[in-house]
Amino acid sequence: MPPSMDQARLRTEQSMQKYRNTPNHQRQRLLDAAFKNLTRAAAFLVLALLLGILLSLLVGAMPSIQAFGWSFLTSSDWDPVAEKFGALVPIFGTLATATIALLIGVPVSFGIALFLTELCPVWLKRPLGIAIELLAGIPSIIYGIWGLFVFAPFFSDHIQPWMIDNIGPLPGIGFLFQGAPLGIGVFTAGLILAIMVIPFIASVMRDVFEVVPAMLKESAYGLGSTTWEVVRHVVLPYTKTGVVGGIMLGLGRALGETMAVTFVIGNTALFSTSLFDPGNSIASALANEFAEAHGELYLASLIELGLILFFITFVVLACSKLLLLRLKRQEGRQH
Amino acid sequence: MTAKKTKLEVKNLNFYYGSFHALKGVNLEIEAKKVTAFIGPSGCGKSTLLRTFNRMFELYPGMRSEGEILLDGNNILGRDVDVNQLRAKVGMVFQKPTPFPMSIYDNITFGVKLYEKLSKADMDDRVEWALRKAALWEEVKDKLRQSGNSLSGGQQQRLCIARAVAAKPEVLLLDEPTSALDPISTAHIEELIHELKQDYTIAIVTHNMQQAARVSDYTAYMYLGEMVEFGATDDIFTAPKKKATEDYITGKFG
Repeated sequence: MPPSMDQARLRTEQSMQKYRNTPNHQRQRLLDAAFKNLTRAAAFLVLALLLGILLSLLVGAMPSIQAFGWSFLTSSDWDPVAEKFGALVPIFGTLATATIALLIGVPVSFGIALFLTELCPVWLKRPLGIAIELLAGIPSIIYGIWGLFVFAPFFSDHIQPWMIDNIGPLPGIGFLFQGAPLGIGVFTAGLILAIMVIPFIASVMRDVFEVVPAMLKESAYGLGSTTWEVVRHVVLPYTKTGVVGGIMLGLGRALGETMAVTFVIGNTALFSTSLFDPGNSIASALANEFAEAHGELYLASLIELGLILFFITFVVLACSKLLLLRLKRQEGRQH
Repeated sequence: MTAKKTKLEVKNLNFYYGSFHALKGVNLEIEAKKVTAFIGPSGCGKSTLLRTFNRMFELYPGMRSEGEILLDGNNILGRDVDVNQLRAKVGMVFQKPTPFPMSIYDNITFGVKLYEKLSKADMDDRVEWALRKAALWEEVKDKLRQSGNSLSGGQQQRLCIARAVAAKPEVLLLDEPTSALDPISTAHIEELIHELKQDYTIAIVTHNMQQAARVSDYTAYMYLGEMVEFGATDDIFTAPKKKATEDYITGKFG
């Protein structure tokens, strides 16, 4: 071997020396491994919690599941004395209030987010944005009190009679708006929930609308689009994941909200198809009755209500994922 | 040789970002069916000038313009001008490819659908025509339903050019269209510019002086918001009249 090559190898070895394992490097590697395992543990903790809650709900609800079977879902009986329980009223109340909340909350939130990101004059942007965040920070019990003492009387005096007179007789949807103008009831609970979910949905939508690259929007404007066309065909498709996520966040709050709903929903076990009649929601029934639930079957029935709420949330999330997959397909294949 | 036809005429144009005076008394005539290049160091106002031609600046608060820009003799800065109609006539392509989040086919039809009602067959023809104009047809004809994002960067930029062309504008504004592309894609786009100027009036902003020399018929050198020198590209690059222009194109400055 010629001496120059030896020298070259020597130089390489010398320069490689600094990459050898020093104690310092070993420590870093250990820390790295520890960090990796820590994050993994945190992630698996979520799974464990989820399974744990599901299991304890299942075990707790078992007596009621065995006693009533599927009829628990379709029966509107709720008689603690005779120990006959059915979940129809609270399930209907939960789904109806959440649906009303989204039907009103999503368009309004969309309008707010659109105005804030595309149309709002600069000086108004910050005050409006802060107002929405403050609205999100109001405790739910305040919404409940306001709903019961301020909104419900006003609603029953001024708006409800008109709706009963004018929408009540309509075929198709009229049956939802009949009965006495009580102020409280499923519809009022839905309205209060709408007000409560708007700040959540609006601020998520605003945040995702803001990350749309300016150049992408300019490209659409550059072809002669109006603001609406840009939003409809470019901003919304670009942000669909975030928008659906924001709506799900709002829906989660609407499904699980307890305090504000309890104040205004009326808390009755009687079933009615009219949204103006009092009803009950799952969360509100649980909050009201847990303390006085004597007897195994009563408690088990309440826990089964909780299990149903859990299941509804799961189905809703699964549906949103499916929706996103379908939207993605419409956008064209990726490969 | 036919007489020169002016497509765009800029008359004493001033532009402000808030209190910042970005364009100072710019005067310019852009000839129809020629390529006019705008060169100059960063911040000289060349992109700003381009964005006044389709009033893109109006999307942002605090920006305003004074003066006149005549498109075929009509002042496009006038209050009564329909901005959307103007932008349908003056297409634009940006620094980075900006395919919309939809299929290749839908990307092309987006601008067309805004102003024309075409049958399915006519629309198919228009899509093929636009993609051929942008020299992209052969590469994408079998995957028109795929997402525009699935294409390579150079293909995406040609898709954006096809999208602009499909709406049949009269003027094409290219704002550093190759700055995010590799040399081969850049060469594709430059060939394309040569092809397109038979039908369109093209204004291109570029940082790359060789590119300006290669693709343009006229070149404008701008500095600090002023039009320093404007003339035939051959003259600007071989015999600039002003010392500042010569310093810039020879690399002494900028």
